[in-house]
Amino acid sequence: MAFYRGHILVCTGQECKQKGGKEVERILVKELKRFGLNDEIKVISTDCLGACEAGPLMVIYPEGVYYGGVQIEDVREIVEEHLLKGRRVNRLLYEMDESEENVTAHHKKDIFSDEMRIVLRNCGLIDPEDIKDYIGRDGYRALGIALTRLTPKEVITMIEDSGLRGRGGAGFPAGLKWKFTHQADGDEKYVVANADEGEPGTSKDRLIMEGDPHTLLESMAIAGYAVGADTGYIYVRGEYQLAVSRLKKAIEQAEELGVLGKNLFDSDFDFEIKIREGAGAYVCGEETALLRSIEGERGEPQIKPPYPPNEGLWGQPTLINNVETLANIPVIIQKGADWFSKIGIENCTGTKVFTLSGDVMNEGLVEVPMGTTLREIIEGFGGGMADGREFKVAQTGGTSGGCIPKELLDTPMDYDSLAEVGSALGSGALLIMDESHCIVDIAKCFMHFFEHESCGKCTPCREGNTRMYEMLDRISKGESNLKDLDKLRDLANVMSKTALCGLGQAAPTSIYSTLDYFKDEYLAHITAKVCITGDCQELVTQREEGERKGETA
Amino acid sequence: MEAVIKEIIVGYESEKTPLISILHRVQDKLGYLSEEVLKLVAKYLDLPLSKVYGVASFYTLLDTEEKGENIVRVCESAPCHVKGSMNVLTELKSELGIDIGETTKDNKFSLELTSCLGVCGVAPAIMVNDQVYGNLTAKKLEEILEKY
Ligand SMILES: Cc1cc2nc3c(=O)[nH]c(=O)nc-3n(C[C@H](O)[C@H](O)[C@H](O)COP(=O)(O)O)c2cc1C
Ligand code: FES
Repeated sequence: MAFYRGHILVCTGQECKQKGGKEVERILVKELKRFGLNDEIKVISTDCLGACEAGPLMVIYPEGVYYGGVQIEDVREIVEEHLLKGRRVNRLLYEMDESEENVTAHHKKDIFSDEMRIVLRNCGLIDPEDIKDYIGRDGYRALGIALTRLTPKEVITMIEDSGLRGRGGAGFPAGLKWKFTHQADGDEKYVVANADEGEPGTSKDRLIMEGDPHTLLESMAIAGYAVGADTGYIYVRGEYQLAVSRLKKAIEQAEELGVLGKNLFDSDFDFEIKIREGAGAYVCGEETALLRSIEGERGEPQIKPPYPPNEGLWGQPTLINNVETLANIPVIIQKGADWFSKIGIENCTGTKVFTLSGDVMNEGLVEVPMGTTLREIIEGFGGGMADGREFKVAQTGGTSGGCIPKELLDTPMDYDSLAEVGSALGSGALLIMDESHCIVDIAKCFMHFFEHESCGKCTPCREGNTRMYEMLDRISKGESNLKDLDKLRDLANVMSKTALCGLGQAAPTSIYSTLDYFKDEYLAHITAKVCITGDCQELVTQREEGERKGETA
Repeated sequence: MEAVIKEIIVGYESEKTPLISILHRVQDKLGYLSEEVLKLVAKYLDLPLSKVYGVASFYTLLDTEEKGENIVRVCESAPCHVKGSMNVLTELKSELGIDIGETTKDNKFSLELTSCLGVCGVAPAIMVNDQVYGNLTAKKLEEILEKY
């Protein structure tokens, strides 16, 4: 493949397109040709870079320089000055402002030197629609190594030794799951990539699929070889249309090049990959529900056991892994289990991609070694709290996770440490909130989500979430009494012990943790009828009315 | 209508249990999944109507009722919530003059809520049909609606 000394990403997202982004791209290509730079600099049109106000926008790599408001007549100057002479065009420079940081514009390496990219190694650096770019960065090499030099058992041992744990939420050891699927008897076996990514506050899988779709394909093929499957399904969230189209294109190119299909790398191993789109149901991220959905049924979770490695898709042994889990595989195969197991901490190796959102200066995706503390992430990549406000609470692991207070900012971010403090690593969602937000209001928002997303199959979840929401609603309106706090806890206990699947079992996590760490705030709502932040509108209105009456009396 | 459905189904002949994919494509073509449509899908796939309806009504992206030409979905998940999605919703309601679950009189817009769209870095966010918009302000909302 050709080697380019630089890449220019031109945003041709909706907003920039309207401001002339496409035209700018066309002229840019022309100008590069004129200066004979077309073999050195590659133009890549990308999706929204997240600073739509400043469009048309472009970024020049490897420098990572942003130019905004670029008009057709500016293009020549950029090419001549920046690319030819190496001088920045100051008048067009655009400083990415934190409020405009978009999830896809996360490549600012200098923001956070502790970042370590394994899963996101290619995102933002390659053209996701060109397989040659991927191959140029050692793409499909791991598949070649696995097929030509390793037996399936050796691949599985490598994954086991690496210590890789599932990134979909539960943290189950990946190698063990591969082994179970390998050992299971079946006429046919399947590999399924869980790309349903429904956990609120998470967008890592979307970025991997949009920015580096071949990584997922390669990983699935390796998994197929290891467990003995010749078909893979990617179950993608229905809302992720760009990811779907990139994956489709990637599959086409991979088949054309012969890295997917029949007799891969001259072995007798065949592997094909199909895409199934979800249709908007959070519960379908749960593995048994997801498989039901592929089977064309309502996505309702099933009682386990049997587990998918023994009885999965159409009753056959099925390996189901999260997209991020899979994205680690090619690197483990190439660099070895030993290398991987030294990253992170004991029992929790490798990196984790966090989706940082909320009241921090820089939102976006960051990949750091497991065990990095919450404080390090907020102050490092996050650039601290926005608007100089005080940190109040972080929700880790998405809506199914828990809330942790200021005192626990130094908690290492890994499965076990977070479970110890009553929260969860989950999908790696990290919602940071400052003192302006009310705990009761946030808890209500969480329960509203579960009330809506419960599939209704089991009673503890269907009824429990609704009742919990109602109780929180009463608390937020000052219509509650102290007994409700005990009832909340009782109901939480019942749900976490008796719900059929992880949805109902994990729903009360945020209730437990907010009751534990922010009880005073609940009490203020219940006894003093006060919401200090003013988020609980009804309490504020009541108070104002009370004061007005007091004045007139 | 029948021909459209038939053609879509034929395209999935080699697929195992493609019901949901078929419903997606049928909806793309016909707008929504009416009773009549579901009956036809059931007939050609040789499935009980109860099953086809059960599936169509389970998933929020599959519509069994007629919607406006454009569907505006407001993200109500926590990251958008803390960035003021409720204000966005209030703004949209007054701009369009409808409540959640309703369609404007000219049949142009339907208003709905959705869970996280996976663009929390630019919260608050909405999705209009397939297109996602983030970092919303009142002014931006106005501009977005004008496009449709
Ligand atoms: C309600 C619910 C939703 C889930 N959603 C997802 C999801 O969106 N993506 C995902 O990878 N795993 C999700 N999971 C976890 C899966 O059930 C399963 O554990 C995971 O796909 C296994 O992959 P891993 O071992 O690679 O983590 C969810 C679980 C539950 C209970
Ligand atoms: S919470 Fe709204 S996009 Fe994620």
